[in-house]
This record gives sequence, C-alpha cells and structure tokens, in this order.
Amino acid sequence: MAAAIKTSWTRSEGFKAGLLSLLLLVALLGIWHLATTGGAPAATPAAVTTLTAEEIEYAKLMGRDVTAGTATPRSGFPTLGQMAEVTGRHLSAPFYYNGPNDMGIGLQLAHSLARVAVGFLLAASVAIPLGFLIGMSPLAYRALDPFIQVLKPISPLAWMPLALYTIKDSSISGVFVIFICSIWPMLLNTAFGVASVRRDWLNVARTLEVSPLRKAFFVILPAAAPTIVTGMRISMGIAWLVIVAAEMLVGGTGIGHFVWNEWNNLSLPNIIFAILCIGVVGMLLDRLFAVAQRAVTYVE
Amino acid sequence: MNEHLDPYDADRPLRLSCACGQHASAAEHNATIAQTEAVDTLRARSEETDFEERSRNFIEAALVKALFPQDAVRRSFLKAVGRRTAQAAIASVLPVASLQAMAQERAPLEKRDLKIGFIPITCATPLIMAHPLGFYQRQGLNVELMRTAGWALIRDKMLNREYDATQFLSPMPLSITLGLGSTATPMRVATIQNTNGQAITLGMRHRDKRDPRSWRGLRFAVPFVHSIHNFLLRYYVAEAGLDPDTDIQISVLPPPEMVANLRAGNIDGFLGPDPFNQRAVFEEVGFIHILTRDLWNGHPCCAFGTSAEFIRQNPNTFAALFRSVLTAAAMAREARNRQLIAQVISQRAYLNQPETVVAQVLSGRFADGLGQVREVPDRIDFDPIPWQSMAVWMLTQMQRWGYIRGSVNYRQIAEQVFLLTDAKRHMEALGQRPPAGSAYPRFTIMGKVFDPAQPERYLNSFAIRRTGV
Repeated sequence: MAAAIKTSWTRSEGFKAGLLSLLLLVALLGIWHLATTGGAPAATPAAVTTLTAEEIEYAKLMGRDVTAGTATPRSGFPTLGQMAEVTGRHLSAPFYYNGPNDMGIGLQLAHSLARVAVGFLLAASVAIPLGFLIGMSPLAYRALDPFIQVLKPISPLAWMPLALYTIKDSSISGVFVIFICSIWPMLLNTAFGVASVRRDWLNVARTLEVSPLRKAFFVILPAAAPTIVTGMRISMGIAWLVIVAAEMLVGGTGIGHFVWNEWNNLSLPNIIFAILCIGVVGMLLDRLFAVAQRAVTYVE
Repeated sequence: MNEHLDPYDADRPLRLSCACGQHASAAEHNATIAQTEAVDTLRARSEETDFEERSRNFIEAALVKALFPQDAVRRSFLKAVGRRTAQAAIASVLPVASLQAMAQERAPLEKRDLKIGFIPITCATPLIMAHPLGFYQRQGLNVELMRTAGWALIRDKMLNREYDATQFLSPMPLSITLGLGSTATPMRVATIQNTNGQAITLGMRHRDKRDPRSWRGLRFAVPFVHSIHNFLLRYYVAEAGLDPDTDIQISVLPPPEMVANLRAGNIDGFLGPDPFNQRAVFEEVGFIHILTRDLWNGHPCCAFGTSAEFIRQNPNTFAALFRSVLTAAAMAREARNRQLIAQVISQRAYLNQPETVVAQVLSGRFADGLGQVREVPDRIDFDPIPWQSMAVWMLTQMQRWGYIRGSVNYRQIAEQVFLLTDAKRHMEALGQRPPAGSAYPRFTIMGKVFDPAQPERYLNSFAIRRTGV
C-alpha cells in the first residue's frame, strides 16, 4: 500500500518535472522567436525611386536587394525558421563527403568521437593500473603526489604547442591532449577507491591466503569499481569538453573544426546547430557511464 | 508563395528535395550546378590553345623578366646569345626547367600523393583553383588541399612534414629559415601567391578617424607576426609619426576572429587579408580605410613554397607543382575569369564565404562600407615572381622592429630562400654572366623609394625603429 502511494507520487513528480521542462523549452523558444523577429527593417519599395543607380548597386553589394524590398539574411542571430532549415539540411545528409574540407555533420562527430575514444582508452590503460599502485602503496602515493599536483591543474590546451612540437603530428597531438586531460580524474579516483576498500575485506582475503593478483581482481576491483567508474565518467565529460577546443585549434576534421569553419563564415545558425550536437552527444556519453555506474554499484 | 508549394504546378516535385536527391533544397541543387558549370567554363578556357600559349608565354616571359628585370640588359643579353641559347640556359638552370614547352618529356615523379596546406583567404586563389580545374591532375599529381586554422599551424605542419607544400605568408619562409619563432629549417619560396589584396579596416565608430595621426591608443590585429600585414601596418603608422610598439596596440588574431572581434569592440581595426575586410563591410561592422595597394602597389602577400629538403628529394614533383600553380596564377590574373573563380572558391570546401563578398574582392568593384562603390581592378593580383628585393625589404623590416638582432646578410638569405637565385648561381656556372642586381628591382612604399642595394641605409633612414639607436 505504502509502496503504491510512493510510486504514484514519484510518477506524478516525474510528470510534473517533464511538463515544467517542456514549458521552459517553449518559453525559451518563444523568447528566441520574439527577439529575432522584432526589429526587421523592411526597405519600402517606394524608396527605390529616390535612390540613385549607385546607391542601388551599393545596397546590392552589401547583400540587400532594395528593388525587391528584401534583405538576404546575413550573419545575425537566426530566427527559428532559419534554425529549423539549417537543422533539416544537416540531418538530411549527415554523412556526405566532398573531400577533406567539406563533410557531413555525422562524419565530423565520428572523427571527434574516434579521437576521444583513443585518447580516453589510452588514459584509462595508464591511469587505472597506476591508480591501483598508488592506492595500494602509501609510499608510491607520496612519491607521485607532487607530480600529480603540479600536472593536474594544467589546461590541456596548454600542452598543444608542446605536443605539436615534440610529437610532430597534429592528429596524434589531438589524441595526446585528450589523454592528458582525462588521465587525472581516473587516476585520483582509482587511487582513492583502492585506498578506501574496507580493511575487513582485505583482512579476510589475507586470512584465506588469496594470491595478490586474485586479491586485486576479485576483492579490490569490485570494491573500488563504483569510484573508478565515477572517475571515468568525469574524465569522459572533460575529454568531450576539450576535444572541441582542441579541434578548433588544430583543425582538419571533427566537430571543433566544423565550428571553426562556420565561425570563419560567421554563420551563427550552423554554430548553434553544432553546439546542440555537442550537447546531445555529451549527454549520451554521460548516460553511457551512468549505466555502467549503476551496473557496478553494490549495497554493503 | 514558395515555388514548390504551388498545388497547381504540374511539374511540382514529389519531394521538397532537389531532382538529383543529393541536396536539401532546389536552391542548393542549383547553386551546386552553377558551381560545376563555373568550373567547367574555367576548365574549358584553360584548355583553349591560346590560353596554353598565353600561359606558356606568360611563364616564360615572367622568368626571363625575373632574370633580367632591366629591359635594356635583357635585350642586349638576348641579342648577344640568341633566342635558343637563352631558352636552353634558362631551362637548364631553373628548378622550373621542365615547365617550358621545350621540355617535352616529363621526368618521372618521385611522389604523387601530396598534401598542400592553405588558409581560407582569397590570397590562396591560384593554389586552390589548380585543384578543381585539374591542373595538379594534369601534371600527374594527386593533391589533397588541407584547410588550416592558422599560420602557426601551417608552420608546425610544414616542420612536421605533414604537408608537402603550402601557402605561406611570404615572410614566413625567411623567418623559419632563420629560426625566428621556430627551429631553423630551410624553407623555399617557389612563387608569390598574390600581390596586393589586403586592407586596413576600421570599426564603424572610427569613421571620422581617417588620419592615422589620430590613432593613438587604438588596438589593431594582424594575422601573424612575420607577415606583410604586420610590417605594412607598422610602416603606415610610423610614417604618421606613431610608434607601433607604444602608441598603438597590435595583436595577432586569425583572420576569421578579426571580424568577430571588431564587432565585439575588442579591436578598433585590423590589417588583414581579404575576404575579411570585405566581410567586415558586408556585416556593417567596419569600413575599408585604405587598401594596401595604395601603400605599396604590387607588394607581395602570400607565397607558395615548401622545404628545401622536399625540393632536394622530389625535384620533379616540385617542378610539376610549380607548373600547376603557375598555370593557375595565369588563369587567376585574367579579369574575365574572376567572377567564375569567386563562384568556385566561395564554396564551403574552400573559403566558405558569401559569393558576393569574394566577387567584390576579386573583381575590384566593391562597397567600401561608407556608402561608396569603388572600382580598383588591381585590388588583388596574382603576380607570381618572387623578386629577391622583396625578401630584402622584409628583412629590413624584421630588423627595424627588432625581430632580428644584429647584422643580416640580406642577399645571402634572400637568394637562398627566394628561388630565383638558383638561376643566377647556375647561370654563372654555365659561363653566362648574369647582370648584377638584376633580381632586385626597386620599390616605392608610400612614396619612399627602397633601394635594395643599400638596405642598411634604408633601415637607418627611419626615425622610428628598434635598432641602432
């Protein structure tokens, strides 16, 4: 009975939250619509007669067709209609390929995701074993601590010039930047998780004379897994934040370069569309780790 | 009413997309077709026999003129040795030897798949146009054009050998060769990409500040430290009595950020490459204060080049590249092609700009941002000759502003980097006597004559400078 009341309560709570989200969205879109359609000055065709030929040509060169009384859209903030058109155009052909300088949004995202995946997996393969070592050995922790403290707060993009200079390859440099930014949360969380495994469990393992390898994989790893996955989730969030900035810097391919190229063209609709894509993909990545987190969580 | 929504239209398409199904709208479909047509027309023009002849003559004339810029000397040389000998001599000494019609058989290419870097600005026109027009292909090269986010990256990717050849700012090969702001790696300028084609753009709120003497305290942007933009802006304000290091502020910004920052009021103006000057006008955030053409008519801007090592390892490939880019330059120089070129390079894959903006830059008939339509046919040109005196002038300016400390062997560096010099050295080896100073024409910059024979004296003639004070 009590449980039934509770579920109906949470259900209505969820429903209310959803409704509120929807209302907020509508309000935001409404403000957007009002703000972008408000002050559109339309040149009256009547004024054309007073213009000299040169003035008409000047207006045309400035992208305005005075004789028709319309202004071609320039790089102002887009209206909802323009936004919908741009979104439709990108989504209708997400994987087209017109050479390395012009490809669909899906391919750009794929490039970014591939870079993030490689950098992140490399970082995980270094950070998790190292985190184990640090977590299990107070000596290693104290020896490595100064390095971690100095290296951790460095903005990953500050590494970029150094990486380009030493690695001598821009795509590997991009991966390196992802590697260096995603290593720290994983390293620290792993170390923390491993260090705070309950003494009782370790003592039981010791009494049962479990081999060190077995202890690591069957006692410590499951116990520390929730903390480690939390670290990975934070790392992935940071990696996705950084890849956009890194690609804007290094260029070539990826969603960051797409933003840079549209910035080049001062095309706000395309930039807004890219921002939305970045947000959605970031959210999906985060959901992925939330699922993983739930899978490894245990109740003591 | 939208043309596709008319229910009584018998030809109304079933879907709102275009006929070929590759574009989201019919307008986009038509734009693509127009671009394809523009490429076809230009390609057909480039295949006309008289273009090939014109281009050959143009290249040959350019070379001969480069070797002997003084008409009298050229004539007497040609008279003395005869046409044939002169042709053979030039063909045998230049790295571009085989670009002449007389070099019928083509040497095998060492490398076919090339990556060439470019920055999305109109300066890159020849090197971009060689791609859709198939000039690289015609030379047996499979070129991938790589759009790049900034000049520092161009430098790094050349040093990394990610790119085989690239668009440079013409002072960059000098600075990289000298190791200024990079490891010293010998770079070479094969051709100048473009001459003129830059401008000083000021924000709309400074429309009454047309006199540079009133610019004290303003903030300006240039695309790179070692750029003709930086040198010309400094020269211009210094001529007005302002010290560019203390009286105004100059920062480095990638060109696309210039317009955005001008709009935001973070900078007051910039000396930048087109199409961004015209774009600032188009966006109604700035006006064209002065074209760089009016500071130094015929000044070099960007260059096409590569590393000395690439040339040593791939001489035939380099010659093929040279031919492709020179042909494209000849194409871009013809006024009748400019409109079509604008149509092609404004595409997303190249410059990604509104076509009208690029067309105004290339045609030279443009809105100046103050309500006037101006007609300046040589607003941008694509004269490819890398005069060595250009290099000397750049070196004097690098010294003037303290980028190079100490004395400079101007000629040695200029002749090392700007490839016309090879010609002279080899000609001497062949027993010809190249006239002294022939690759060093004088220039007039803001009314002041630069004599490349006396760079030190020129340098010391400036009141505002960082050296020898």
